[in-house]
Amino acid sequence: MSIVDTAKQTAQGLMQGALEKLVPLAPDSWIPGGVPDPLIARKHGLIGSPVSRLDGRLKVTGAAPFAAEYRFDNMVYAALTYATIARGRIAALETAAAEAAPGVVLVMTYRNAPRMAPPPAFGSSPGGVGPADLPILQDDRIHWNGQPIACVLAETQEQADHAAALIAITYAEEPSTTSLTGAKANGIEQALFMGQKLLNEIGDPEGALAAAPYRVDQVYRTPRHSHNPIEPHAATLAWIGDELVIHDASQMVSQQAQTMADVFGLKAEQVRLTSPYVGGGFGSKGLWDHQVIAAAAAKLSGRPVRIALSREGVYRTVGGRTLTEQRVAIGADADGRFQSLIHTGLAVMTPHNAMPEPFILGSRATYAAPNILLKVEVARMNMLANTFMRAPGEAVGTFALESAIDELATELGIDPVELRIRNEPDKDPISGLPFSSRHIVEAWRQGAARFGWDSRAPAPAMRQEGEWRIGMGCATGTYPYYRMPGAEARITLTRDGDGVRALVEVAAAEMGMGTSTTTAIVAAERLGLPLDWVEVGYGDSAIPGAIMAGGSQQTAAIGAAVIAAQGALVAELLKLAGNDSPLAGLSVDEVGCDAGGLAKLDEPARRESYASILARAQRDSVSATRPGSPPLELMHWSMHSHSALFCEVRVNAVTGETRVSRFLGSFDCGRILNAKTAASQFRGGIIMGLGMALMEETQFDERNGRIMNPSLAEYHVPVHLDVPEIDVIWTDIPDPHTPMGAHGVGEIGITGVAAAVANAIYNATGTRVRDLPITLDRLL
Amino acid sequence: MTPFDYARATDRADALRQGAATNIAFLGGGTNLVDLMRERVASPARVIDVSLLPGAIEDSEGGGLMIGAAVRNTALAEHAAVRARYPMLSRAILAGASAQIRNMATVGGNLLQRTRCTYFYDVEGSRCNKRAPGSGCDARDGFNRIHAVLGASEACVATHPSDMCVALAALDAIVHVEGPGGARTLPFGELHRLPGDAPDRDTVLAPGELITAVELPPLPLAARSTYRKVRDRASYAFALVSVAAAVEMDGDRIADLRIAFGGVAHKPWRATRAEAALRGATASAQAFRDAAAAEFADARPLRDNGFKPALATRTLAAVLSELTTGEAA
Amino acid sequence: MSLIVNGLEVPAPADARVSLLDHLREGMHLTGTKKGCNQGACGACTVLVDGERILSCLALAVQYDGRRITTIEGLADGDALHPLQAAFIEHDGFQCGYCTPGQICSAIGMVAEAKRGVPSHISPDLTAEVRLSREEIQERMSGNLCRCGAHNGIIDAIRGTVAAEVGA
Repeated sequence: MSIVDTAKQTAQGLMQGALEKLVPLAPDSWIPGGVPDPLIARKHGLIGSPVSRLDGRLKVTGAAPFAAEYRFDNMVYAALTYATIARGRIAALETAAAEAAPGVVLVMTYRNAPRMAPPPAFGSSPGGVGPADLPILQDDRIHWNGQPIACVLAETQEQADHAAALIAITYAEEPSTTSLTGAKANGIEQALFMGQKLLNEIGDPEGALAAAPYRVDQVYRTPRHSHNPIEPHAATLAWIGDELVIHDASQMVSQQAQTMADVFGLKAEQVRLTSPYVGGGFGSKGLWDHQVIAAAAAKLSGRPVRIALSREGVYRTVGGRTLTEQRVAIGADADGRFQSLIHTGLAVMTPHNAMPEPFILGSRATYAAPNILLKVEVARMNMLANTFMRAPGEAVGTFALESAIDELATELGIDPVELRIRNEPDKDPISGLPFSSRHIVEAWRQGAARFGWDSRAPAPAMRQEGEWRIGMGCATGTYPYYRMPGAEARITLTRDGDGVRALVEVAAAEMGMGTSTTTAIVAAERLGLPLDWVEVGYGDSAIPGAIMAGGSQQTAAIGAAVIAAQGALVAELLKLAGNDSPLAGLSVDEVGCDAGGLAKLDEPARRESYASILARAQRDSVSATRPGSPPLELMHWSMHSHSALFCEVRVNAVTGETRVSRFLGSFDCGRILNAKTAASQFRGGIIMGLGMALMEETQFDERNGRIMNPSLAEYHVPVHLDVPEIDVIWTDIPDPHTPMGAHGVGEIGITGVAAAVANAIYNATGTRVRDLPITLDRLL
Repeated sequence: MTPFDYARATDRADALRQGAATNIAFLGGGTNLVDLMRERVASPARVIDVSLLPGAIEDSEGGGLMIGAAVRNTALAEHAAVRARYPMLSRAILAGASAQIRNMATVGGNLLQRTRCTYFYDVEGSRCNKRAPGSGCDARDGFNRIHAVLGASEACVATHPSDMCVALAALDAIVHVEGPGGARTLPFGELHRLPGDAPDRDTVLAPGELITAVELPPLPLAARSTYRKVRDRASYAFALVSVAAAVEMDGDRIADLRIAFGGVAHKPWRATRAEAALRGATASAQAFRDAAAAEFADARPLRDNGFKPALATRTLAAVLSELTTGEAA
Repeated sequence: MSLIVNGLEVPAPADARVSLLDHLREGMHLTGTKKGCNQGACGACTVLVDGERILSCLALAVQYDGRRITTIEGLADGDALHPLQAAFIEHDGFQCGYCTPGQICSAIGMVAEAKRGVPSHISPDLTAEVRLSREEIQERMSGNLCRCGAHNGIIDAIRGTVAAEVGA
């Protein structure tokens, strides 16, 4: 028997054991006075147990198809040519040599591209997910160094790549801003994020800071980062009649289809976008120029197109996280209680997008202080549109905040864990709302005990083994709970012998987070079905609703939609059951699901299986589609995930090299739905945080705005030898105000990590590094 | 990639015959050349595959080792005699690239690796005198963390990226070359050039010349040798600084030694000044540091690589301390 | 000219520019071998050639005439997964799954190297018998990047199966 089979049997065994208890239907909203999701009370089911990914077999055999692996008959390959100036116009464009090159089918530039509307920029309309509001290949203007300016289609990739290199371009350069100094000189503006000012002020923060007996006031800097999913961005697409079919790598499937429809003047249903497997995204797998260009070229040439960006192409056309300069100032009394918390600074963006890195978000609800100033300002540069990258805002914001707290702990002579606990707020310091679920103190206590925090040297540079100086550091991570509206779920039960199979369809994206497996687990538990009777459909714009793998909210969004659809499905089943059923006369509120059917909650013997209901009604299947309820819970509570992070580093006294030798993440993220995939999400975030702390930087040449390390050889991400065994634990305390009691787990992992590493390095060496990445030269 | 003809050399004579044409490139494992061709840094019209020519590691007449140019990096690193008699060479190879690349890459190809300067690689968007002579150097005032502090010129500040070559420089290897003008040998230190005003030429090889073998002379002191590489992550990264060193002690005096640095110059940098300062000297941390300081006295740091002299000094001191105190080699 | 891919003889491409990777993916529709960087910097394209792991993106297909190439598609025995494939599922040695085929092929090649006695950069004694400690495996697998952060699961999967024989 294979491991997979064993896991399945185990899962089924667990399932059978759990079937003794009926689960009532869940509430469809979470408001004060409401009831929690009944699944929270179910302690012995699949939820929380370690379940292997249901798509694992396809992935380990190489059979899972990714975007660049679909094919159409008569397909051609695309290659792009990129601008080499930051701003200006194309003065001359010589394409004859490319057109004459072997195998070339089309050379498309602004001169012959079809007319297309600019994609609505992210945040500007409900379905708009364009990177910026710039037209794509519609005029001679250059807006960033790396902008695509020509597309070649050829019979083979080799021919297309070669021909693209034969296009000769002459530019008329115009003045540009590509340095931070220049951008600041041009003017700094208050940042707006999703239409809201990134500004909070309470009391007299500067006055309280000046008056505080203990204070820190420092500037922290973080560089540009690139997501670097191992799968480069790609799409395989075709016009079939007046329908555009796109096999894409997308974490926002429906929204991208809608935006493509907007660009080409189509109805939404004329764009079919599928994306069942995505080779990593981290915020980057959205709509960028290449899909639009490929669709235009396919239209112009009448041929299906594969566009698979080169790694350099990804760097030139897919934005990353922008740089920040942050000031954190904290004033505290002698007991360490914060009197003033100031977190302000600058992020850089472009004239054409709306993504100021919102690094103060994590500072809004983490610590209590009577006087608070949080503010993000922006300066603009002529560069590729920056975008969200794993925990946008919090990932870099927590570096500054949590480093400053470590510095304050040193000033005060208070243990940094204790200092954080001492400043726990009893309600949201900004909004005044109660917390929905906050158990960060438990996470700290459990983590500290498990990590052996009490063995940390109280002063820096006290431990050394051979060449290696050893230190420990800690930090808090935080990420909000979100639930975006727009999610729908369709549940279809189909008779299969004496049983039924369930198909749960959600327009969600799966990039490896485990979403499809978790959705199957939750649906199986709600419907009272074994896991392998449940199939999850996702990653397809033909599925109703719009869900996004972003903001760590997809699981909650799906969860609420599945609750709504299940309610409708049960109502339909009760209708179908009719007068001859043991369930006759019962309402939705009176029944629960278990063992493959419905039963009366207070009289479980009164029951009928789904298959029996369908059979009597002479139906093969029953289906219900419903949207999730509006996310009212967000109006009533301050909702966040938390982590307590512990790091041990070894810093080489000779070379300054840092190795992370131990790491523990202690998480408070509501109820964990799948112990196996959630642990992987935590570890994955932590490891990306280690990269951010120690090695990651997108090198942006300030002379001409060109990215100079567009390569996985020169942009360093952690390799196996950089990654220690990472311990993760969680409180597993359900949030009574969310579906399943769960919070998202995709982004919390990276938050706080860079600070935990920096703080450990300080403890090891006595050197405080406030600029990322902490490369060896800063520690010599 | 620009279209090219591919041909396999059937034997060395065939390779040389085919190599006499213009705009050819000899292909070893392809780990550097294929990348350069894809990036259009290199666009040979004809690629002559010499990776299948006989390549063996044999005892040389003088008591050293003769290593065929087509020997794969892994094969050289794992060879029993290399591990035992020239450990710095095994360690240098194993510190380079990844196992997959070492399985492909040949010894000859490793010697001819080109720099990782990112401006050199950026054919479309950057000026580079090495790639396009006379176009300028964008690295000098750009990102130059990995660049040279010794022996650079106004025209070029690139570094040689090989680890293996640093060990070969320290080991006084001999490069066997054959070309249209016949066969010749070169001391390893004379193979690679400093950039001067012709940085497009990495080596002194003439067009059509083929590296046929690398000879390691007998060097008993090499049995006590090591290689230490310092880089931005724990593995699979090019060196910021590396040190290959071998030491023979006579009591507490250094009877003889070999030192070479990687990551600091346009060529593997044989530290002759440091060697001279230490040969016959009493081993001490101060002596090591002074010797390194002498070696880097002429260092010209750039914007981002000012840490290299200090890092090289400290790394050398640590390596020599390890070799002279008898701890782990 | 022909290559032997998973036991099947297939012609080499006519265009010498075609990499072994592209020949597998586009020419033979064997898309299990992944293109991550096409620069020799990520390891996603790792395949086994005569049992040795190499990067197929840096390999010109024509150069591999007559060689036996094993890809991820060639590892399972019918429906029975290779033990390492099964262990990757059990240990959650992946998230997105894109680097996975390369990690698995690389690990198989890595163990063969260890059994043959190839030391690593971090081996304390170059001449000693190779024992694959956790750290040794980490070093030897460092040519395979994973961005999802499945490193722990990958190493666990390898240690528990193919590396067990030469484990430390």
